[in-house]
Amino acid sequence: MVGIGDDSMTNSELASQAAAGSRRALARLLTLIQDGESESIESVANIENVKSIGITGPPGVGKSCLTDCLASFWAGKGERVGVLCIDPSSPITGGSLLGDRMRMEQSGVDDRIFIRSVATRSSFGALPFRLKAMISALSLAGMDRILIETVGVGQTEIGIVSMTDSVLLVDGPDRGDIVQAEKAGLLELADVIVVNKGDLDGAEQAAANIRSGLALGNSESIPVLVVSALNKIGIDELIYALENVQVRSSVEEIRWRHRLTSALLDQIHSDSKFDSTVNDLVEGRIALEQAIQIILNE
Amino acid sequence: MPFAGLDVRRLFQDERANSQSMDPLRIVVAKPGLDGHDRGAKVVARALRDAGHEVIYTGLRRTPEEIVRIIEDEDASIIGLSSLSGAHGFLFPRVCELLKAAGLDDVVVFGGGIIPQSDRPALYDSGVRAIFGPGTPTDDFILFLNEVQERRVSNQPVGVGSSDGWHWG
Repeated sequence: MVGIGDDSMTNSELASQAAAGSRRALARLLTLIQDGESESIESVANIENVKSIGITGPPGVGKSCLTDCLASFWAGKGERVGVLCIDPSSPITGGSLLGDRMRMEQSGVDDRIFIRSVATRSSFGALPFRLKAMISALSLAGMDRILIETVGVGQTEIGIVSMTDSVLLVDGPDRGDIVQAEKAGLLELADVIVVNKGDLDGAEQAAANIRSGLALGNSESIPVLVVSALNKIGIDELIYALENVQVRSSVEEIRWRHRLTSALLDQIHSDSKFDSTVNDLVEGRIALEQAIQIILNE
Repeated sequence: MPFAGLDVRRLFQDERANSQSMDPLRIVVAKPGLDGHDRGAKVVARALRDAGHEVIYTGLRRTPEEIVRIIEDEDASIIGLSSLSGAHGFLFPRVCELLKAAGLDDVVVFGGGIIPQSDRPALYDSGVRAIFGPGTPTDDFILFLNEVQERRVSNQPVGVGSSDGWHWG
């Protein structure tokens, strides 16, 4: 039995309340899924997920502001939009400061938008575990579209490619941080690239640099746009690009590779043997090779 | 010497000890109304994070309706309201009222900022469980949260919806 306030209910009752439009039930379902509660994860296992977009890029380029802008655009068209904002947990205390809402002022009290801040918890810096099930919960609750905002463009954040149907990479003018994305191979995996803060000097130049970088890798077909989330410039063009993303077979293979890897990781982590095996390692009872055997041999 | 006298290892050990003292909570820290001063709210948010909790900071100038919506979507069990504008007498009770109307009776409300002693009884009556003024040591929030958790575990009323008059301090 799981409870909301004084009401206790079964997992399936909670899931059906979420499906019927209860925000509280959806909020609690997301909590239970992230906590790894197996019945809740199972209750969304057979849901067909709706379209999702991963939004990633270096810190400070305006991802939250742009996410806010996109969510309220689609909500304005009558769609229901689910937003997951991912921020890191402290590896020392396990605590997390989730500050994306600071920059999300338009979404406010729009009934069609559901925003949830998600800490990475024990995945430390990478994507949080059970993200797929959280997407399913939002789909179950009747969202038409899901946006997932994640910080960073390093090797770990590349995983967002595996989670969402398309990826929007955001950069700012005069940053040069996109080189990190290039190093990680994320540049070619992005479906749309934007230079935000287009009202500032250097935005067009930054876009031109990205385009020439893509041309070197034979990825000229990826649209590179200049937008200003703050002043709502270029948003219509961005929406068009996002709604008309071309499937590229070269990316599809990488996508499935990442999907399989993260699904396997999720499964390993939800296995009760995992924690006990970590303990055995800490206590020196077994070696790493034995630990792998224990976990893989069902 | 920027770190003179500071034993970094000791600091980390203490943080670990604190973080293991209770299960992590989801806490919203909010700035209601027309008030641009958020140093206090950020210090509180940081202290709660360092105690191992997941803290959602709303940013400035939120309406009570927005704050309640955020608490609902984030499945938060605690809300900290910060006001230095003098409008706490309206804003804090309004948030409490909307929480109850939304059925979020189990959420625990605490407040902070420039809140004169003479204003506090009315805020406690509306459902606020603690008020922290300037100069409060950050340990106090953690002790307050420990007390809240103890009350929850022993089924003593502590949420905004309970008519029991318990408050911290």
